Amino acid sequence: MKQNDMHSAPDMDVAISSRVRLARNLEAYPFSTRMTRAQGAEILEKVKKVMFSDKNAGFSDEFMYFGMNSMKPLDRQLLVEKHLISPEFAEGRTDRAAIISKDERVSILVNEEDHLRLQCIYPGMQLEEAWRRCDDIETRLDEKLGFAFDEISGYLTCCPTNSGTGIRASVMLHLPALSMTGYIKGILETCSKIGVAVRGAYGENSEASGNMFQISNQVTLGQTEEEIVAGISNITSQISNQERMLRDELYKQNPHRFEDRIYRSLGLLQNARIMSSEESLKLLSDVRLGVIAGLINSIDLKKINDLMLMIRPAYLQKLAGTELGPDERDQRRAELLRKSLSAGSLN
Amino acid sequence: MMCQQCHLREANVHYKQIINGKKVEMHLCSQCAEEKGKLTFSPQLSLGSLLWGFGFGSDTDYPGIGKQPVLRCSMCGMSFDDFRRSGKLGCPNCYRVFRDNLEPILRRLHGGSEHTGKVPARLADEIKTTNEIERLKAELASAVENEQYEKAAELRDRIRELENSGKSGGV
Repeated sequence: MKQNDMHSAPDMDVAISSRVRLARNLEAYPFSTRMTRAQGAEILEKVKKVMFSDKNAGFSDEFMYFGMNSMKPLDRQLLVEKHLISPEFAEGRTDRAAIISKDERVSILVNEEDHLRLQCIYPGMQLEEAWRRCDDIETRLDEKLGFAFDEISGYLTCCPTNSGTGIRASVMLHLPALSMTGYIKGILETCSKIGVAVRGAYGENSEASGNMFQISNQVTLGQTEEEIVAGISNITSQISNQERMLRDELYKQNPHRFEDRIYRSLGLLQNARIMSSEESLKLLSDVRLGVIAGLINSIDLKKINDLMLMIRPAYLQKLAGTELGPDERDQRRAELLRKSLSAGSLN
Repeated sequence: MMCQQCHLREANVHYKQIINGKKVEMHLCSQCAEEKGKLTFSPQLSLGSLLWGFGFGSDTDYPGIGKQPVLRCSMCGMSFDDFRRSGKLGCPNCYRVFRDNLEPILRRLHGGSEHTGKVPARLADEIKTTNEIERLKAELASAVENEQYEKAAELRDRIRELENSGKSGGV
Protein backbone atom coordinates (compact mmCIF):
# COMPACT_ATOMS: atom_id res chain seq x y z
CA MET A 1 0.00 0.00 0.00
CA LYS A 2 1.34 3.37 -1.01
CA GLN A 3 1.63 5.78 1.91
CA ASN A 4 0.54 9.33 1.39
CA ASP A 5 2.70 12.10 2.86
CA MET A 6 1.72 12.40 6.48
CA HIS A 7 0.54 15.59 8.01
CA SER A 8 3.26 17.36 10.05
CA ALA A 9 2.62 15.62 13.41
CA PRO A 10 4.14 12.17 14.10
CA ASP A 11 2.10 9.01 13.41
CA MET A 12 -0.89 10.95 12.10
CA ASP A 13 -1.90 7.92 10.07
CA VAL A 14 -3.27 6.35 13.25
CA ALA A 15 -2.86 8.82 16.11
CA ILE A 16 -5.18 11.84 16.07
CA SER A 17 -4.07 13.56 19.24
CA SER A 18 -2.16 13.08 22.49
CA ARG A 19 -3.38 14.51 25.74
CA VAL A 20 -1.98 14.81 29.25
CA ARG A 21 -4.09 16.04 32.14
CA LEU A 22 -2.97 16.80 35.69
CA ALA A 23 -5.35 17.13 38.66
CA ARG A 24 -4.29 19.56 41.37
CA ASN A 25 -5.79 21.16 44.47
CA LEU A 26 -4.85 24.05 46.71
CA GLU A 27 -3.80 22.94 50.17
CA ALA A 28 -5.86 25.35 52.28
CA TYR A 29 -9.30 24.71 50.74
CA PRO A 30 -11.85 21.90 50.75
CA PHE A 31 -12.19 20.08 47.41
CA SER A 32 -14.65 21.54 44.91
CA THR A 33 -17.46 19.19 45.97
CA ARG A 34 -17.41 20.58 49.52
CA MET A 35 -16.35 24.16 49.15
CA THR A 36 -18.56 27.24 49.33
CA ARG A 37 -19.09 29.54 46.35
CA ALA A 38 -17.02 32.17 48.17
CA GLN A 39 -14.09 29.76 48.50
CA GLY A 40 -14.46 28.84 44.84
CA ALA A 41 -14.35 32.50 43.89
CA GLU A 42 -11.24 32.99 46.04
CA ILE A 43 -9.44 30.14 44.30
CA LEU A 44 -10.44 31.53 40.94
CA GLU A 45 -9.04 34.95 41.87
CA LYS A 46 -5.74 33.41 42.96
CA VAL A 47 -5.34 31.44 39.75
CA LYS A 48 -6.31 34.43 37.63
CA LYS A 49 -3.73 36.55 39.37
CA VAL A 50 -0.93 34.05 38.70
CA MET A 51 -1.97 33.56 35.08
CA PHE A 52 -2.61 37.16 34.10
CA SER A 53 -0.96 39.65 36.45
CA ASP A 54 2.00 37.97 38.14
CA LYS A 55 4.98 38.95 35.99
CA ASN A 56 7.27 36.38 37.71
CA ALA A 57 5.10 33.47 36.68
CA GLY A 58 5.54 34.58 33.09
CA PHE A 59 2.20 33.48 31.61
CA SER A 60 0.21 36.64 30.89
CA ASP A 61 0.08 37.07 27.11
CA GLU A 62 -0.01 33.35 26.31
CA PHE A 63 -3.50 32.70 27.74
CA MET A 64 -7.15 33.73 27.39
CA TYR A 65 -9.81 33.72 30.08
CA PHE A 66 -13.27 32.16 29.69
CA GLY A 67 -15.61 32.61 32.67
CA MET A 68 -18.27 29.90 32.42
CA ASN A 69 -21.03 32.10 33.84
CA SER A 70 -20.54 34.82 31.24
CA MET A 71 -20.46 32.47 28.25
CA LYS A 72 -23.39 31.46 26.07
CA PRO A 73 -24.28 27.74 26.24
CA LEU A 74 -23.36 27.33 22.57
CA ASP A 75 -19.87 28.78 23.10
CA ARG A 76 -19.34 26.51 26.07
CA GLN A 77 -20.47 23.54 23.96
CA LEU A 78 -17.93 24.53 21.34
CA LEU A 79 -15.12 24.27 23.89
CA VAL A 80 -16.44 20.81 24.81
CA GLU A 81 -16.34 19.72 21.16
CA LYS A 82 -12.78 20.96 20.89
CA HIS A 83 -11.97 18.76 23.91
CA LEU A 84 -10.82 21.85 25.80
CA ILE A 85 -13.35 21.49 28.63
CA SER A 86 -15.40 18.53 29.86
CA PRO A 87 -19.18 18.35 29.35
CA GLU A 88 -19.75 18.51 33.14
CA PHE A 89 -17.61 21.61 33.36
CA ALA A 90 -19.75 23.44 30.80
CA GLU A 91 -22.64 23.74 33.29
CA GLY A 92 -22.35 27.40 34.13
CA ARG A 93 -21.30 27.82 37.75
CA THR A 94 -20.21 31.29 38.77
CA ASP A 95 -16.89 30.14 40.18
CA ARG A 96 -15.77 28.14 37.15
CA ALA A 97 -13.45 29.30 34.42
CA ALA A 98 -11.29 27.89 31.67
CA ILE A 99 -7.94 29.49 30.93
CA ILE A 100 -6.88 28.49 27.45
CA SER A 101 -3.63 29.14 25.60
CA LYS A 102 -3.84 30.99 22.31
CA ASP A 103 -2.63 27.96 20.38
CA GLU A 104 -5.45 25.97 22.11
CA ARG A 105 -2.96 23.34 23.20
CA VAL A 106 -3.18 24.12 26.91
CA SER A 107 -6.29 24.51 28.99
CA ILE A 108 -6.57 25.07 32.72
CA LEU A 109 -9.98 24.38 34.22
CA VAL A 110 -10.60 26.05 37.56
CA ASN A 111 -13.06 24.49 40.03
CA GLU A 112 -13.92 21.34 38.17
CA GLU A 113 -13.92 18.18 40.31
CA ASP A 114 -10.46 19.33 41.40
CA HIS A 115 -9.50 22.96 41.89
CA LEU A 116 -7.28 22.79 38.85
CA ARG A 117 -7.28 20.51 35.86
CA LEU A 118 -4.34 21.32 33.64
CA GLN A 119 -4.45 19.78 30.19
CA CYS A 120 -2.14 19.80 27.18
CA ILE A 121 -3.28 18.40 23.87
CA TYR A 122 -0.95 17.88 20.90
CA PRO A 123 -1.69 16.58 17.43
CA GLY A 124 -0.53 13.07 16.50
CA MET A 125 1.57 10.90 18.76
CA GLN A 126 3.29 13.42 21.04
CA LEU A 127 2.47 12.27 24.54
CA GLU A 128 5.91 13.06 25.93
CA GLU A 129 5.80 16.59 24.51
CA ALA A 130 2.37 17.08 26.06
CA TRP A 131 3.65 15.82 29.41
CA ARG A 132 6.72 18.09 29.31
CA ARG A 133 4.58 21.16 28.69
CA CYS A 134 2.17 20.18 31.49
CA ASP A 135 5.10 19.54 33.81
CA ASP A 136 6.60 22.97 33.14
CA ILE A 137 3.34 24.87 33.62
CA GLU A 138 2.50 22.87 36.74
CA THR A 139 5.89 23.67 38.30
CA ARG A 140 5.38 27.39 37.72
CA LEU A 141 1.83 27.27 39.13
CA ASP A 142 2.88 25.27 42.16
CA GLU A 143 5.48 27.90 43.11
CA LYS A 144 2.71 30.46 43.41
CA LEU A 145 -0.27 28.40 44.55
CA GLY A 146 1.17 25.54 46.63
CA PHE A 147 -0.64 22.37 45.61
CA ALA A 148 -1.84 19.85 48.20
CA PHE A 149 0.80 17.15 48.40
CA ASP A 150 1.59 14.32 50.73
CA GLU A 151 4.75 12.23 50.65
CA ILE A 152 2.83 8.95 50.67
CA SER A 153 -0.31 9.73 48.68
CA GLY A 154 1.34 12.24 46.33
CA TYR A 155 -0.86 15.00 44.90
CA LEU A 156 -4.18 14.89 46.73
CA THR A 157 -7.30 14.81 44.60
CA CYS A 158 -11.02 14.82 45.27
CA CYS A 159 -11.42 11.31 43.89
CA PRO A 160 -8.85 8.75 45.07
CA THR A 161 -8.73 7.30 41.55
CA ASN A 162 -6.61 10.34 40.59
CA SER A 163 -4.37 10.72 43.62
CA GLY A 164 -0.60 10.31 43.42
CA THR A 165 0.54 11.77 40.15
CA GLY A 166 -2.93 13.07 39.24
CA ILE A 167 -2.02 12.28 35.66
CA ARG A 168 -4.25 11.03 32.87
CA ALA A 169 -2.28 10.38 29.69
CA SER A 170 -4.38 9.54 26.65
CA VAL A 171 -4.02 9.11 22.94
CA MET A 172 -6.88 9.21 20.45
CA LEU A 173 -6.46 6.56 17.78
CA HIS A 174 -8.21 6.02 14.47
CA LEU A 175 -8.65 2.24 14.21
CA PRO A 176 -10.86 1.44 11.20
CA ALA A 177 -9.17 -1.84 10.27
CA LEU A 178 -9.17 -3.23 13.81
CA SER A 179 -12.84 -2.25 14.22
CA MET A 180 -13.93 -3.57 10.82
CA THR A 181 -12.39 -6.96 11.46
CA GLY A 182 -13.54 -7.20 15.07
CA TYR A 183 -9.98 -7.61 16.38
CA ILE A 184 -10.54 -4.49 18.46
CA LYS A 185 -12.50 -6.57 21.01
CA GLY A 186 -9.46 -8.61 21.98
CA ILE A 187 -7.40 -5.46 22.33
CA LEU A 188 -10.02 -3.85 24.53
CA GLU A 189 -10.07 -6.88 26.80
CA THR A 190 -6.30 -7.05 27.08
CA CYS A 191 -6.06 -3.35 27.84
CA SER A 192 -8.64 -3.53 30.60
CA LYS A 193 -6.64 -6.31 32.26
CA ILE A 194 -3.52 -4.17 32.50
CA GLY A 195 -5.19 -1.07 33.85
CA VAL A 196 -5.49 0.75 30.56
CA ALA A 197 -8.86 2.23 29.60
CA VAL A 198 -10.14 2.23 26.03
CA ARG A 199 -13.20 4.26 25.18
CA GLY A 200 -14.98 5.43 22.08
CA ALA A 201 -13.74 8.96 21.62
CA TYR A 202 -16.80 10.45 20.00
CA GLY A 203 -20.39 9.33 20.25
CA GLU A 204 -22.87 9.26 23.06
CA ASN A 205 -22.34 5.78 24.40
CA SER A 206 -19.65 3.13 24.52
CA GLU A 207 -19.75 2.66 20.74
CA ALA A 208 -16.92 4.44 19.00
CA SER A 209 -18.22 6.73 16.28
CA GLY A 210 -15.91 7.08 13.32
CA ASN A 211 -13.70 4.31 14.71
CA MET A 212 -12.03 6.72 17.12
CA PHE A 213 -10.75 5.27 20.37
CA GLN A 214 -9.16 6.86 23.37
CA ILE A 215 -6.46 4.91 25.18
CA SER A 216 -5.59 6.12 28.67
CA ASN A 217 -4.05 5.08 31.99
CA GLN A 218 -6.21 4.16 34.97
CA VAL A 219 -3.48 3.91 37.58
CA THR A 220 -2.11 7.19 38.92
CA LEU A 221 -0.37 6.13 42.13
CA GLY A 222 2.78 4.04 42.54
CA GLN A 223 4.26 4.82 39.14
CA THR A 224 6.11 7.94 38.04
CA GLU A 225 4.62 10.27 35.44
CA GLU A 226 7.37 9.24 33.01
CA GLU A 227 6.56 5.56 33.50
CA ILE A 228 2.86 6.18 32.88
CA VAL A 229 3.52 8.30 29.78
CA ALA A 230 5.98 5.74 28.42
CA GLY A 231 3.53 2.91 29.15
CA ILE A 232 0.66 4.54 27.25
CA SER A 233 3.01 5.56 24.41
CA ASN A 234 4.23 2.01 24.16
CA ILE A 235 0.75 0.45 24.17
CA THR A 236 -0.59 2.91 21.63
CA SER A 237 2.35 2.37 19.31
CA GLN A 238 1.79 -1.40 19.50
CA ILE A 239 -1.90 -0.96 18.71
CA SER A 240 -0.98 1.45 15.90
CA ASN A 241 1.35 -1.12 14.38
CA GLN A 242 -1.35 -3.78 14.49
CA GLU A 243 -3.73 -1.36 12.81
CA ARG A 244 -1.20 -0.58 10.04
CA MET A 245 -0.50 -4.25 9.36
CA LEU A 246 -4.19 -5.00 9.23
CA ARG A 247 -4.88 -2.09 6.83
CA ASP A 248 -2.23 -3.47 4.48
CA GLU A 249 -3.64 -6.95 4.83
CA LEU A 250 -7.20 -5.84 4.10
CA TYR A 251 -6.05 -4.03 0.99
CA LYS A 252 -3.99 -6.95 -0.27
CA GLN A 253 -6.79 -9.45 0.33
CA ASN A 254 -9.28 -7.59 -1.79
CA PRO A 255 -8.12 -4.28 -3.30
CA HIS A 256 -11.38 -3.76 -5.20
CA ARG A 257 -13.53 -4.14 -2.15
CA PHE A 258 -11.23 -1.85 -0.16
CA GLU A 259 -11.27 0.83 -2.85
CA ASP A 260 -14.99 0.45 -3.40
CA ARG A 261 -15.75 1.11 0.24
CA ILE A 262 -13.60 4.21 0.30
CA TYR A 263 -14.84 5.75 -2.96
CA ARG A 264 -18.43 4.91 -2.04
CA SER A 265 -18.05 6.83 1.22
CA LEU A 266 -16.41 9.74 -0.55
CA GLY A 267 -19.24 9.73 -3.09
CA LEU A 268 -21.84 9.94 -0.33
CA LEU A 269 -20.02 12.79 1.37
CA GLN A 270 -19.72 14.65 -1.94
CA ASN A 271 -23.37 14.26 -2.87
CA ALA A 272 -25.67 13.68 0.08
CA ARG A 273 -28.17 16.38 1.05
CA ILE A 274 -28.89 15.20 4.59
CA MET A 275 -26.15 13.87 6.86
CA SER A 276 -26.24 12.92 10.57
CA SER A 277 -23.08 13.29 12.65
CA GLU A 278 -22.95 9.57 13.24
CA GLU A 279 -23.03 8.80 9.51
CA SER A 280 -20.57 11.53 8.59
CA LEU A 281 -18.07 10.32 11.19
CA LYS A 282 -18.34 6.82 9.76
CA LEU A 283 -17.86 8.02 6.18
CA LEU A 284 -15.03 10.39 7.12
CA SER A 285 -13.33 7.44 8.78
CA ASP A 286 -13.35 5.59 5.45
CA VAL A 287 -12.11 8.63 3.54
CA ARG A 288 -9.36 9.16 6.08
CA LEU A 289 -8.26 5.58 5.51
CA GLY A 290 -8.31 6.23 1.75
CA VAL A 291 -6.14 9.32 2.12
CA ILE A 292 -3.58 7.43 4.21
CA ALA A 293 -3.59 4.49 1.81
CA GLY A 294 -2.73 6.91 -0.98
CA LEU A 295 -5.97 6.26 -2.86
CA ILE A 296 -7.23 9.80 -2.41
CA ASN A 297 -4.54 12.37 -3.07
CA SER A 298 -6.61 15.51 -3.33
CA ILE A 299 -7.58 15.71 0.34
CA ASP A 300 -5.14 16.12 3.21
CA LEU A 301 -5.46 14.61 6.66
CA LYS A 302 -5.74 17.97 8.31
CA LYS A 303 -8.89 18.70 6.34
CA ILE A 304 -10.45 15.43 7.49
CA ASN A 305 -9.46 16.06 11.12
CA ASP A 306 -10.89 19.58 10.90
CA LEU A 307 -14.12 18.30 9.38
CA MET A 308 -14.57 15.78 12.21
CA LEU A 309 -14.76 18.77 14.53
CA MET A 310 -16.69 21.09 12.23
CA ILE A 311 -19.60 18.68 11.71
CA ARG A 312 -20.38 18.58 15.43
CA PRO A 313 -23.55 20.41 16.54
CA ALA A 314 -22.10 23.45 18.34
CA TYR A 315 -19.46 24.05 15.69
CA LEU A 316 -22.05 23.91 12.91
CA GLN A 317 -24.24 26.41 14.73
CA LYS A 318 -21.24 28.65 15.33
CA LEU A 319 -20.44 28.56 11.60
CA ALA A 320 -24.08 29.32 10.76
CA GLY A 321 -24.12 32.15 13.28
CA THR A 322 -27.48 30.98 14.60
CA GLU A 323 -29.10 28.15 16.53
CA LEU A 324 -30.20 25.23 14.36
CA GLY A 325 -32.68 22.42 14.91
CA PRO A 326 -31.61 18.80 14.30
CA ASP A 327 -33.02 18.70 10.73
CA GLU A 328 -31.39 21.98 9.79
CA ARG A 329 -28.11 20.76 11.25
CA ASP A 330 -28.24 17.61 9.14
CA GLN A 331 -28.76 19.73 6.02
CA ARG A 332 -26.04 22.22 6.93
CA ARG A 333 -23.70 19.37 7.72
CA ALA A 334 -24.30 17.75 4.34
CA GLU A 335 -23.74 21.12 2.67
CA LEU A 336 -20.49 21.75 4.54
CA LEU A 337 -19.16 18.29 3.69
CA ARG A 338 -20.22 18.61 0.06
CA LYS A 339 -18.51 21.97 -0.32
CA SER A 340 -15.32 20.91 1.47
CA LEU A 341 -14.94 17.61 -0.36
CA SER A 342 -16.50 18.19 -3.77
CA ALA A 343 -14.19 17.59 -6.70
CA GLY A 344 -14.31 21.28 -7.66
CA SER A 345 -13.17 22.53 -4.25
CA LEU A 346 -10.19 20.19 -4.08
CA ASN A 347 -6.85 21.37 -5.33
CA MET B 1 -42.88 -3.41 30.33
CA MET B 2 -40.92 -1.93 27.44
CA CYS B 3 -37.17 -1.50 27.57
CA GLN B 4 -36.35 1.89 29.12
CA GLN B 5 -33.40 2.34 26.81
CA CYS B 6 -34.65 1.56 23.29
CA HIS B 7 -38.42 1.64 23.99
CA LEU B 8 -38.74 -0.97 21.22
CA ARG B 9 -38.35 -4.37 22.80
CA GLU B 10 -39.84 -6.06 25.86
CA ALA B 11 -37.71 -5.54 28.98
CA ASN B 12 -36.47 -8.80 30.43
CA VAL B 13 -33.41 -7.71 32.40
CA HIS B 14 -33.44 -5.81 35.66
CA TYR B 15 -30.27 -3.78 35.27
CA LYS B 16 -28.50 -2.30 38.27
CA GLN B 17 -25.45 -0.12 38.01
CA ILE B 18 -23.51 1.67 40.71
CA ILE B 19 -21.86 4.86 39.57
CA ASN B 20 -19.69 6.48 42.22
CA GLY B 21 -21.79 4.98 44.96
CA LYS B 22 -25.14 5.94 43.40
CA LYS B 23 -27.39 3.10 42.39
CA VAL B 24 -29.13 3.35 39.04
CA GLU B 25 -31.84 0.81 38.23
CA MET B 26 -33.36 0.20 34.82
CA HIS B 27 -35.55 -2.31 33.06
CA LEU B 28 -33.88 -3.25 29.80
CA CYS B 29 -34.11 -5.73 26.98
CA SER B 30 -31.23 -8.17 26.71
CA GLN B 31 -29.63 -6.32 23.77
CA CYS B 32 -29.53 -2.99 25.56
CA ALA B 33 -28.37 -4.64 28.78
CA GLU B 34 -25.46 -6.15 26.90
CA GLU B 35 -24.61 -2.74 25.44
CA LYS B 36 -24.71 -1.26 28.92
CA GLY B 37 -22.45 -3.98 30.18
CA LYS B 38 -19.73 -2.83 27.79
CA LEU B 39 -19.57 0.42 29.71
CA THR B 40 -17.25 -1.21 32.21
CA PHE B 41 -14.43 0.37 30.21
CA SER B 42 -15.50 3.74 31.50
CA PRO B 43 -13.15 4.81 34.29
CA GLN B 44 -16.02 6.51 36.11
CA LEU B 45 -17.45 3.14 36.91
CA SER B 46 -14.34 1.51 38.20
CA LEU B 47 -14.18 3.25 41.55
CA GLY B 48 -17.77 2.52 42.42
CA SER B 49 -17.58 -1.10 41.40
CA LEU B 50 -14.18 -1.63 43.01
CA LEU B 51 -15.20 -0.04 46.28
CA TRP B 52 -18.46 -1.92 46.47
CA GLY B 53 -17.02 -5.09 45.11
CA PHE B 54 -14.26 -5.34 47.66
CA GLY B 55 -16.35 -5.53 50.77
CA PHE B 56 -17.09 -1.92 51.39
CA GLY B 57 -20.70 -2.87 51.85
CA SER B 58 -23.89 -2.44 49.93
CA ASP B 59 -26.56 0.04 50.88
CA THR B 60 -28.45 -2.65 52.78
CA ASP B 61 -25.73 -3.87 55.14
CA TYR B 62 -24.34 -0.43 55.67
CA PRO B 63 -22.81 -0.13 59.14
CA GLY B 64 -24.98 2.20 61.25
CA ILE B 65 -23.41 5.41 62.43
CA GLY B 66 -24.19 4.55 66.05
CA LYS B 67 -22.55 1.14 65.87
CA GLN B 68 -18.97 2.34 65.49
CA PRO B 69 -17.13 5.51 66.44
CA VAL B 70 -17.28 8.00 63.59
CA LEU B 71 -13.97 9.38 62.44
CA ARG B 72 -14.32 12.87 61.05
CA CYS B 73 -11.88 15.11 59.20
CA SER B 74 -11.09 18.06 61.46
CA MET B 75 -10.77 20.42 58.50
CA CYS B 76 -13.87 19.76 56.38
CA GLY B 77 -16.03 17.67 58.72
CA MET B 78 -16.30 14.75 56.34
CA SER B 79 -16.76 11.25 57.81
CA PHE B 80 -15.50 8.07 56.20
CA ASP B 81 -19.13 7.06 55.71
CA ASP B 82 -19.62 10.15 53.55
CA PHE B 83 -16.69 9.01 51.45
CA ARG B 84 -18.17 5.53 51.14
CA ARG B 85 -21.35 7.05 49.84
CA SER B 86 -19.89 9.51 47.36
CA GLY B 87 -16.51 8.06 46.46
CA LYS B 88 -15.07 11.57 46.82
CA LEU B 89 -12.96 13.01 49.60
CA GLY B 90 -13.65 16.37 51.19
CA CYS B 91 -10.26 18.07 51.43
CA PRO B 92 -6.52 17.37 51.37
CA ASN B 93 -6.56 16.70 55.10
CA CYS B 94 -8.98 13.75 54.61
CA TYR B 95 -6.09 11.79 53.13
CA ARG B 96 -4.20 12.14 56.43
CA VAL B 97 -7.20 11.53 58.73
CA PHE B 98 -8.43 8.46 56.85
CA ARG B 99 -5.03 7.15 55.83
CA ASP B 100 -5.51 3.69 57.37
CA ASN B 101 -8.96 3.23 55.81
CA LEU B 102 -7.87 4.59 52.45
CA GLU B 103 -4.70 2.55 52.15
CA PRO B 104 -6.37 -0.73 51.10
CA ILE B 105 -8.64 1.16 48.69
CA LEU B 106 -5.72 2.93 47.06
CA ARG B 107 -3.92 -0.37 46.81
CA ARG B 108 -6.93 -1.93 45.09
CA LEU B 109 -7.31 1.00 42.72
CA HIS B 110 -3.69 1.51 41.80
CA GLY B 111 -1.83 -1.64 42.70
CA GLY B 112 0.56 0.44 44.77
CA SER B 113 -0.25 2.87 47.53
CA GLU B 114 2.85 5.03 47.66
CA HIS B 115 3.60 7.97 45.43
CA THR B 116 6.84 7.72 43.47
CA GLY B 117 6.35 10.50 40.95
CA LYS B 118 6.83 14.25 40.80
CA VAL B 119 7.49 16.13 44.02
CA PRO B 120 6.88 19.88 44.40
CA ALA B 121 10.16 21.78 44.05
CA ARG B 122 9.58 23.45 47.44
CA LEU B 123 9.60 20.02 49.13
CA ALA B 124 12.07 18.19 46.95
CA ASP B 125 15.18 18.76 49.12
CA GLU B 126 13.35 17.99 52.33
CA ILE B 127 11.97 14.74 50.97
CA LYS B 128 15.32 13.71 49.53
CA THR B 129 16.92 14.27 52.95
CA THR B 130 14.22 12.27 54.72
CA ASN B 131 14.66 9.40 52.29
CA GLU B 132 18.42 9.52 52.70
CA ILE B 133 18.07 9.39 56.50
CA GLU B 134 15.75 6.40 56.19
CA ARG B 135 18.25 4.64 53.99
CA LEU B 136 21.18 5.36 56.31
CA LYS B 137 19.21 4.17 59.36
CA ALA B 138 18.59 0.84 57.67
CA GLU B 139 22.28 0.61 56.83
CA LEU B 140 23.17 1.46 60.44
CA ALA B 141 20.94 -1.31 61.77
CA SER B 142 22.58 -3.89 59.55
CA ALA B 143 26.06 -2.56 60.45
CA VAL B 144 25.26 -2.98 64.17
CA GLU B 145 23.91 -6.44 63.56
CA ASN B 146 27.10 -7.39 61.73
CA GLU B 147 29.22 -5.86 64.51
CA GLN B 148 30.79 -3.30 62.13
CA TYR B 149 31.02 -0.71 64.86
CA GLU B 150 33.39 1.66 63.09
CA LYS B 151 31.06 1.85 60.10
CA ALA B 152 28.08 2.22 62.44
CA ALA B 153 29.67 5.22 64.13
CA GLU B 154 30.30 6.86 60.78
CA LEU B 155 26.71 6.26 59.73
CA ARG B 156 25.37 7.63 63.01
CA ASP B 157 27.37 10.84 62.56
CA ARG B 158 26.11 11.22 59.00
CA ILE B 159 22.48 10.74 60.13
CA ARG B 160 22.91 13.38 62.86
CA GLU B 161 24.42 15.75 60.38
CA LEU B 162 21.48 15.34 57.99
CA GLU B 163 18.91 15.65 60.76
CA ASN B 164 20.46 18.91 61.95
CA SER B 165 20.79 20.36 58.46
CA GLY B 166 17.07 19.75 58.00
CA LYS B 167 16.26 21.76 61.13
CA SER B 168 18.48 24.75 60.37
CA GLY B 169 17.93 24.74 56.63
CA GLY B 170 14.16 24.44 56.77
CA VAL B 171 12.19 27.59 56.00
